[in-house]
Amino acid sequence: MVDVPLGPGGVVAPGDIEDVELYHPHSWVTKYVFAQDAKVIAIQYSLVALSVGLLALVLSWLMRLQLGFPGVFAFIDANAYYQFITMHGMMMVVYVLTALFLGGFGNYLIPLMIGARDMVFPYVNMLSFWVYLLAVLVLVASFFAPGGPTGAGWTLYPPQAILSGTPGGQEWGIILMLVSLMIFIIGFTMGGLNYVVTVLQARARGMTLMRMPLTVWGIFTASFMALLAFPALFVGAVMMLFDRIFGTSFFMPAIVEMGQPLERNGGSPLLFQHLFWFFGHPEVYIVALPAFGIVSDLISTNARRNIFGYRMMVWALLAIGALSFVVWAHHMYVSGMNPYFGFFFATTTLIIAIPTAIKVYNWILTLWRGNIHLNIPMLFALAFIVTFVNGGLTGLFLGNVVVDVPLSDTMFVVAHFHMVMGVAPILVIFGAIYHWYPKVTGRMLNDTLGKIHFWVTFLGAYAIFFPMHYLGLMGIPRRYHDIADMSFVPPSAHTLNAFITIVALFVGAIQLIFVFNLFWSLRHGRPSGGNPWRATTLEWQTPETPPPHGNWGKDLPVVYRWAYDYSVPGADQDFLPQNQPGTARSTMGPGHG
Amino acid sequence: MASILLFLSVLACIGAWWLSRQGLASKPWLEQGATVALPPADDAPIPASKVALWIFLAVIGSFFALFISAYSMRMQLPDWRAVPVPTILWLNTGMLALSSIALHGARNAARRGDVTDLRWGLVAAGVAALAFLSGQLVAWQQLTGEGYRLAANPANAFFYVLTGLHGLHLLGGLVALGRTTEKAWRTADTARLRLPVDLCATYWHFLLLVWLVFLSILTGWAGEFVDICRQILT
Repeated sequence: MVDVPLGPGGVVAPGDIEDVELYHPHSWVTKYVFAQDAKVIAIQYSLVALSVGLLALVLSWLMRLQLGFPGVFAFIDANAYYQFITMHGMMMVVYVLTALFLGGFGNYLIPLMIGARDMVFPYVNMLSFWVYLLAVLVLVASFFAPGGPTGAGWTLYPPQAILSGTPGGQEWGIILMLVSLMIFIIGFTMGGLNYVVTVLQARARGMTLMRMPLTVWGIFTASFMALLAFPALFVGAVMMLFDRIFGTSFFMPAIVEMGQPLERNGGSPLLFQHLFWFFGHPEVYIVALPAFGIVSDLISTNARRNIFGYRMMVWALLAIGALSFVVWAHHMYVSGMNPYFGFFFATTTLIIAIPTAIKVYNWILTLWRGNIHLNIPMLFALAFIVTFVNGGLTGLFLGNVVVDVPLSDTMFVVAHFHMVMGVAPILVIFGAIYHWYPKVTGRMLNDTLGKIHFWVTFLGAYAIFFPMHYLGLMGIPRRYHDIADMSFVPPSAHTLNAFITIVALFVGAIQLIFVFNLFWSLRHGRPSGGNPWRATTLEWQTPETPPPHGNWGKDLPVVYRWAYDYSVPGADQDFLPQNQPGTARSTMGPGHG
Repeated sequence: MASILLFLSVLACIGAWWLSRQGLASKPWLEQGATVALPPADDAPIPASKVALWIFLAVIGSFFALFISAYSMRMQLPDWRAVPVPTILWLNTGMLALSSIALHGARNAARRGDVTDLRWGLVAAGVAALAFLSGQLVAWQQLTGEGYRLAANPANAFFYVLTGLHGLHLLGGLVALGRTTEKAWRTADTARLRLPVDLCATYWHFLLLVWLVFLSILTGWAGEFVDICRQILT
C-alpha cells in the first residue's frame, strides 16, 4: 500500500488510471439488441431469466395440481409430471438463478460498483448473452420435440435418463437438455471470464479489494466458482451424450430392458453422480454467495450502519467458496458409494456451516441498534435471513448420514432445498430488484404493490414449504407421481397437500402484481433521483440516472473510503459516499470487525 | 476424483498466494483517502486479455482434469480393455511440440522486433498444428480399422473423446492464430503483435502440456507412476 499524496482540498487528481476505449453504438439495433453495454446486457439477461422463471413457475403449478388433487387433471399423467419436475428444477437452478445473479446483477453492478466504464471485453459479454438465449431456446424447444422434454429429474441420473421408460430418454428430450446445458456453460464461461477479469483489472483508482462492496465480492467469488464447477457438468453432459447417441458405456451398466438385454455393459452410474454433484454442490453456493453479498449491502444501507465484521464477511465468502468444492458427495449418501466417504463428507458439510453462521451472526449484529428502515428491499433482506437460517438448519440434519438415509427420498428434502436454495435467493432477487430498479429506470417501484407482493410471497412461501417438512418426516416420498392409493399415507397428508397446492397457486398468481409493478412504474413510478436510498456505494453516485453508456461522464470516480461509511460520527449526513474525499472522522473508534 | 482435487488444490494455493498480497487483513474502516496499491514504477500493468487467458486456462484445466478423474474411475471397472497406442501418436506429439517451439520463436521474434522471423514462426506453428490434427485423424482411422470402435469398449470411447476434445481446443486456438498471422502479414509493427503472439504461445504451451499428460495416461505410464508413488508411500 502506498499513500497517495492528496492535492488541494484532499482530492487526488483523477486520470492516473488509464481510460478505456469504448465501443460506441450507432444504431438502435446495436444499442438495444446487439448491445455491448453491460447495463443493457444485464437487462436482457434479467428479462429472459425472469421469463424462464415464470414458465418454471407455471410448471410447478401443474406439478402441485397433481400432488394436491391426484387424478383430477387427466392431462398430467406420470410422464408429464416427471417432465414438469425436471424442467422446473433445471430451469430454476441454472437458467433462472445462475443467469439472474451473475448475468443480470453481475453485469449491471460490477462495472458500476467498482467504478468502471464497462466490462473489459464488451464484445464477448454480448456473445455471452446471445449464447445464453440460444441455450434457453434449445431448452424450450424440447417442449415441442417429439416425445416432449426429458423427464429424468433435474439431476439427469443415468441409466434411467437415457432409457426408453423415461420420457424423452430415447427421443429428443434428453439430447436437447444436454446440448442446451453445454451451450449454457459455453455462454457462461464467456460472461464469467468477463466478470472476474473486470473485477481484477478495471477497478477505479482507490478501489482496493477490501473496499469493494460485499455484493461485488459475492458475485466475484461465485463467478470464479462457476468457472471451475461448470466444467464438471459439461464433462458429464458430453459423456452422457455419447452414451445416448453413440451407444458407449461411460455410465451405462449392463441392463435388461423389457426382457431385452441392451448392448451396454460395465458403465458406472455412480461416476455421473460424482461429476454432477461436483458441479451441483458448488452451484448451491454460486447462487448463495451473490445473495449473501447483496443482502449484506441491503441490510447495511437500510440499517444505516456499517456492515459488522467486513473482513470476516470477506474471509467467510472465500472460505465457503473453497469448501464448497469438497462437500459434493453429501448428495450421494444413498447412492451406494463407499460409506467411509460419507463420514468425510458429513464432516466437511458441518465445517462449511461455520463460515455460513459467521455471516448470519454478522447480519444480525449489523441490525443490532441500527436505525432500521423497513422499506421493501429491507423487508426482503430480513425475510431472507429467516428463511436461509431455516433452510440451513435442515441442511445440517441432512448433512448427517444417519439422518439423511431415512429422509433422503422424502418431501423433507424438497422442503429443505426449496427453503435454502429456492425461496431464500428469490427473496434476495426481489429485494435487489426493488433496491436497484430506481438506478435502472430512474423511478421507484410502487410501494403498496411491493408490500402486498412481499407479504404474500414471504408468508406464502412458508405456508407452502413448512408443511412439507412435516410430510417428509411422515415418510411421504418425493418424486412420486401419485400417492393417492398408498395405505401408509394418512388422510391428513392429502389435506395438507391440497392446502399446499392452493397456496402455491395463489402465491404464484400474486407474482403477476410484481410483473405489473415492473412495467407500471416504468412510466408512473415516483421519480427517484440519483440516490434514493442514500447509499454509499459508487453506483448511486453516477452523474446521471439511469447511467448512460460509459457510466461516469468525463472522469472516472476516485475511491476514498470503504463501502460502509454509514452514520459516521461528526459527518454532515448519515452516509459518506465512497467517492467523497476525506472529512474529519476524529471521534470514530476502532470500529468493529 | 483425485486428479481434479489435486488440480483445484494447486489453483487454491495460487489463489491463496495472490490473495495474501491483496491486503485482505487490512482494516478498511480505519482508512480514508485514496490509499491505493500502486504497482512499482518499472512494472507495466498486466493486460486484461492476459489475465483472462490464464483464468481461461484454469477453466480448461479443470475441464480436462475432470475428464482424467472420470477416466481413472472408469478404468478400474472390470470391462476395461486398454487401447494400444498407435505409433503415429509419437509423430503427432513431435508435430505439436514443433508447433509450440515455433510459436515460442515467434514470441521471441516479436520481442526482438524481427517481423520476418515472427511471420514465418506463426506460419510454421500453424502448419505444424494442422499436421498434428491430421495425424490425430489418421490415428483414429487406424484404430477404427483395427476394430477399436467407439462403443466397443470404454477405453476406446475415452481415447476418441479425449483426443477429440483436445483437437477441438487446438482448432479454436488455430482460429486465434490465423487471425494473428493475418494481422502479422498486414502490419510490420511488432509492438502491436507482441500481445496476441504471446497469448497464442501461452495457449499452445498449455495444450502441449495437456497432450503430454493425456499421452502419459493413454500409454499407461501415468498409472505406473501413481502405483510407484503409492508403493513408496505405503
